Amino acid sequence: MPRRTDIESICIVGSGPIVIGQAAEFDYAGCQALKVLREDGFRTIVVNSNPATIMTDPGFADRTYLEPLDVESVAEVLRLERPDALLPTMGGQTALNLARELATAGVLDELGIELIGARLDAIERAEDRLKFKEAVESCGLKVPNSTIVTSLDELDGLMVPAVVRPAFTLGGHGGGFAYTQEELYRQVERGLAESPIGQVLVEESVRGWDEFELEVVRDRIDNVVIVCSIENLDPMGVHTGDSVTVAPQMTLPDEAYQELRDAAAAVIRAVGVDTGGSNIQFARSRETGDVRVIEMNPRVSRSSALASKATGYPIAKIAARLAVGYTLDEIPNDLTGTTPASFEPTLDYVVVKFPRFAFEKFPGADRTLGTQMKSVGETMGIGRTLAEAFLKAYRSRELDAGAATPWQALEEVPEDVHPFFRRELDQIRDALAGIADVESLTADGWVRLKRVGLSDADIAAAAGTTETAVRRRRRECGARPSYRRVDSCAGEVEATSNYYYSTWGEVDEAAPTGDRPRVVILGSGPNRIGQGIEFDYCCVHAVTTYRELGYEAVMVNCNPETVSTDYDTSDRLYFEPLDAESVLAICEREKPDGVVIQFGGQTPLKLARAIEDAGYRILGTPFDAVDLAEDRERFAGLLRAHGLRSPEWGIAGSPDEAVEIAERIGYPVLVRPSYVLGGRAMRVCYTPDEVREMPPFERILVDRFVEHAVEVDVDALCDGVDTYVAAVMQHVEEAGVHSGDSACVLPAPSLSFAQAQEIARVVRILGRALGAVGLLNVQLAVTGDGEVYVIEANPRASRTVPFVSKATGVELVKAACRLAVGATISELGLPPERPPRQWSVKAAVLPFARFPGSDPVLGPEMRSTGEVMASAADLSTALDKAERAAGRRLPRTGSVFISIREPDHQQAVPIAATLVGLGFDLYATEGTAATLAAAGIEVEPVRKLSEAQDGEPTVVDLIRRGRCDLVINTPEGRNARSDGYAIREAALARRVPCITTLSGAAAAVHAIATARAEQAMSLQERIDAELGLAQQA
Amino acid sequence: MSYLALADGTVWRGESVGAEGHALGEAVFTTGMSGYQEAVTDPSFEDQLICFTAPMIGNYGVAEARSESARTHARAVLMREARGPDWTDWLREHGIVALTGIDTRSLVLHLRDAGSVPAVAVASDLPVEEAIERAARQPSMLGRALVDDVSTDEPYVYAEAGRVRIGVVDYGVKNSVLRRLAKAGAAVTVHPHDTPADELAGYDGVLLSPGPGDPEPLAGETETVRQLLGRTHVLGICLGHQLIARATGHDTYKLQFGHRGANHPVHERLTGRVLVTSQNHGFAVAASEAAEVSHVSLYDGTVEGFDLPDLRARSLQFHPEAGPGPHDAWPLLEAWVEEVAHA
Repeated sequence: MPRRTDIESICIVGSGPIVIGQAAEFDYAGCQALKVLREDGFRTIVVNSNPATIMTDPGFADRTYLEPLDVESVAEVLRLERPDALLPTMGGQTALNLARELATAGVLDELGIELIGARLDAIERAEDRLKFKEAVESCGLKVPNSTIVTSLDELDGLMVPAVVRPAFTLGGHGGGFAYTQEELYRQVERGLAESPIGQVLVEESVRGWDEFELEVVRDRIDNVVIVCSIENLDPMGVHTGDSVTVAPQMTLPDEAYQELRDAAAAVIRAVGVDTGGSNIQFARSRETGDVRVIEMNPRVSRSSALASKATGYPIAKIAARLAVGYTLDEIPNDLTGTTPASFEPTLDYVVVKFPRFAFEKFPGADRTLGTQMKSVGETMGIGRTLAEAFLKAYRSRELDAGAATPWQALEEVPEDVHPFFRRELDQIRDALAGIADVESLTADGWVRLKRVGLSDADIAAAAGTTETAVRRRRRECGARPSYRRVDSCAGEVEATSNYYYSTWGEVDEAAPTGDRPRVVILGSGPNRIGQGIEFDYCCVHAVTTYRELGYEAVMVNCNPETVSTDYDTSDRLYFEPLDAESVLAICEREKPDGVVIQFGGQTPLKLARAIEDAGYRILGTPFDAVDLAEDRERFAGLLRAHGLRSPEWGIAGSPDEAVEIAERIGYPVLVRPSYVLGGRAMRVCYTPDEVREMPPFERILVDRFVEHAVEVDVDALCDGVDTYVAAVMQHVEEAGVHSGDSACVLPAPSLSFAQAQEIARVVRILGRALGAVGLLNVQLAVTGDGEVYVIEANPRASRTVPFVSKATGVELVKAACRLAVGATISELGLPPERPPRQWSVKAAVLPFARFPGSDPVLGPEMRSTGEVMASAADLSTALDKAERAAGRRLPRTGSVFISIREPDHQQAVPIAATLVGLGFDLYATEGTAATLAAAGIEVEPVRKLSEAQDGEPTVVDLIRRGRCDLVINTPEGRNARSDGYAIREAALARRVPCITTLSGAAAAVHAIATARAEQAMSLQERIDAELGLAQQA
Repeated sequence: MSYLALADGTVWRGESVGAEGHALGEAVFTTGMSGYQEAVTDPSFEDQLICFTAPMIGNYGVAEARSESARTHARAVLMREARGPDWTDWLREHGIVALTGIDTRSLVLHLRDAGSVPAVAVASDLPVEEAIERAARQPSMLGRALVDDVSTDEPYVYAEAGRVRIGVVDYGVKNSVLRRLAKAGAAVTVHPHDTPADELAGYDGVLLSPGPGDPEPLAGETETVRQLLGRTHVLGICLGHQLIARATGHDTYKLQFGHRGANHPVHERLTGRVLVTSQNHGFAVAASEAAEVSHVSLYDGTVEGFDLPDLRARSLQFHPEAGPGPHDAWPLLEAWVEEVAHA
């Protein structure tokens, strides 16, 4: 039976900002769902606060709301739009929890909205530990023995070791292992605080058991299909998001695998998911074969995105179709076109997923892996052997040199790993050890090494030669990769799939044909801090634009979460590492008319030289212009030549030299290693000692730090001659906070007309001087006396491109692509340059809660994982909403604790005065309190931790007891054990918003004072208004 | 040098990890991702060279209990990546030619387009030209009767006690069939393929087993089935299904490259539901609109089952016993035993 005809409009809730445990996979899911629902003629409404997603593009749904994902906002959207149904299974735990809350609050009933995809009772059975246990046991299966705990008094008699799992948290947040009673107490205390329903499960530890996941879909007439099995290399105990995983499962004989398959089918039936997909996790004892059902996600998930990419079976798409009434025998398989979705995928290759960590960003954080997910991204490798797939995923991580991470070296195999995996990985080391010199290798010898998955670089390192020498020799021997199709059926059915991976010693399959001009677009690889989903957004837009312009668009990427690695996105998809070897081999096969490197962040830039050297054309800004902007000395020369100012700076080869430079240019200085991403290891130093404390880098960059300046971010388009200034944004936090972590406001509220004009003039000069063709991002600082300093320029897509595109309605990537193939600015028909009428705020979301031990303070090193956007008719309302969307709802009443570093005490006075005027009670540490009291502000002093006598309540106690609704605390120094640190950590644990900069505090307090309630407005309406106004202007 | 030569002259290089010598047979592929030992010991793979589409074979070793019959039936296995030593030792001990390093995906695409063809797997110094010639001289699977090679010579009792007495006609039965029957509560006796109908009619139910080769030349067996139908409950599986088809006026034909795997969706007409099934057949019953068709392949429309209530007979082209493959259709086998018990 075809689709349901009793519903016409469907609302999809996204997963909000990228956080650990919820990343781009839900944009991928949302996009797939929207595509098929629109194909079927449904009216679609999207609510998601994350502007960097494709699903929130105005063309992707009929109505798009960039609103906070809380009951208040979503209910408002539902009231405005009155959809017939709500599909909550595409937006991760966030959407599922929201659906539950909306249902329990009676909103869905009141508006007559049906929950589709997963019914409320099924969601509850999957999510509520007790109900889940009952469901599992009803089909004769077992969950680990467990007890539900709702208070710390219930811990008597519980056995350790045990696992603590809070109910309804995402990515296992707040959970962990306990080996002793004391650890158990601490874990449960934390878990109870994290769980929105104050419930945790203390369960039998199955640590060390093998871990498997099955991706299951079920339709309304009870057909069940197992899409994929996934096996974890890291046994039970490490969160599956942090585990290296393999698909299909490798170590189970058929009878054991079928037992899991039966169990998965039984569980999805018992839980009652009947129109969608689920991920079911199992633990299995290697010795006894005992099986425990660990958990189930009654929705698409990170694992289902991985399974979709691993098999070519688009789970989210199928799940969306099932949700509107189709059955599995009716839905066709895209890749074959002839078989139905009930044909279970079968793989003739192996897939390995690797987690990407960012511990280097969180010094002091515990790096041990456990039940709480800590990785920020992932990579996937496809090969014909485990080792080949493993090494592809392993090297796709693009680790920063020296960054400490799990799996830093091949030797770091987890202790409990299955002997099969150990043998396979041993093979890699044996192969490496067997490499003597590359000159004597025969064609067969090359194929043998390559089939193990070794890269040219690996072989070069083992043979003590260069990668290019290895490549030359290998090619002389005729050893080249062959490309194979991912077709979901192991070749059994003829498929015209456009989805490829490489392997060795085989026949090449389906070489590209066709006479359309061709571009190869390089993606951004794994999500990491500093290079996130924004770049995938840009890549997807580039693909779409080039296709519209008549090009064949070929995508290369290795991140399984993304929309860019959906085979539906491009003309051809190569799921390959983004390294020189892989990219050059793809270029050789595709013979592109141009290679696009502007949109994938730093990753493709690193390959630019090799691509140019191999004779391929880079579209848009030539690599030399990128280098001109990134090389400090060349860039400084350019600025000088054009009479532009920049903070004084110098490059030091040693700490002493760095101090010398600092003395010359004056403190404070910004010190960092040269050529880094996301401000890594960057620090503001006020004294020579602080400069000396920096780790010894080969080249240290020392910049004069422009204090008390307004930091401005500009996104512009250039055609090599003319420049279009698309947006001038202002950072809320002062210079010294990484631009990626700072809230960002469009238009810039503090700039005078003349200053804005001056900024535009500077950007235009830079655009022409650099010879940029396409996007240009410039960061500037404007001092109190109106001086404009250029901080840096990047002639490529920036993090703010999606935000600006949505705030202004100008599709920046589309314009940049057209410029790159020869259009001029004047030919693009862009609206006149002018600040938007509506206020938009982008706020960062920080993962501090995941990294206890690391100081939760903003600084020059970027640490946010994601962002939210909010727009309104005035700045305060937009900022207030953005903070709410970021999970830091600003209080309207209550108490505020203020502790400001000494030099800034006076600046805190107006902030404090406003708060008192708004009726807040103030607490402050003694120094701050004295200044405020002296200014006539009523404030209650509290003891610092270090000053407190025995038994005296301290500020930390105050926060812990929930007596504080907002914390304003600017950091005193770098001492990790300082009072400030304890205050911030307490606020974090208690989920009290904590502001660590004065400018941030001023903006927040202003927002508290003046924000209004404003009706939600769709992005389509906002853009129409913006562009309409622009037309009139 | 070790290689696979097809009758059409194509040669596929590999390395030997099994027995020495060469093995003639029909080159076929199976898409199941696990169950390699079950496949090699399944009598339905008699005289065939099995190419596994799963890239790594042998990962979890071997276990006696996994064998589907008392001996191996496939002549050779063709793998992209064999994993040992348990599996490769076992292959060698059982005299099976085994090649690794084969470009299996290309071979599969070739077989898909060219069809299953006579071939020879070589792990000896047999020259390539001679190998191709020998492969080409082999008879096609079309028209070959193989059940006599794999059937038991004497009747034997598999399970003594049970609530129903089931006679199994062994055209190449798998242990999984017998195991499932016994588990469903049947007393099971296994008979040679040429057991007369009169001898079988005394059972509460008769199961016509799976088996290798072409059903068409099995005139005697087809006649026996014709005589048996209507006299007791009959369930045909795979070759047994094809014999019931032929006995009731349906045609069978050789498939281009067969259905071999663990993921084939089958539409059950009565319930409208889809079963994910284990399949292993090179011949099939031609698509038919006949009312008695109970199951249809969602993959190519071939008949996957009959329900003939007047004759008290049912049949299934796929393998409800699994082994290897999904258990979705286990209930069908149990339901049949139940049906016989309550008749």
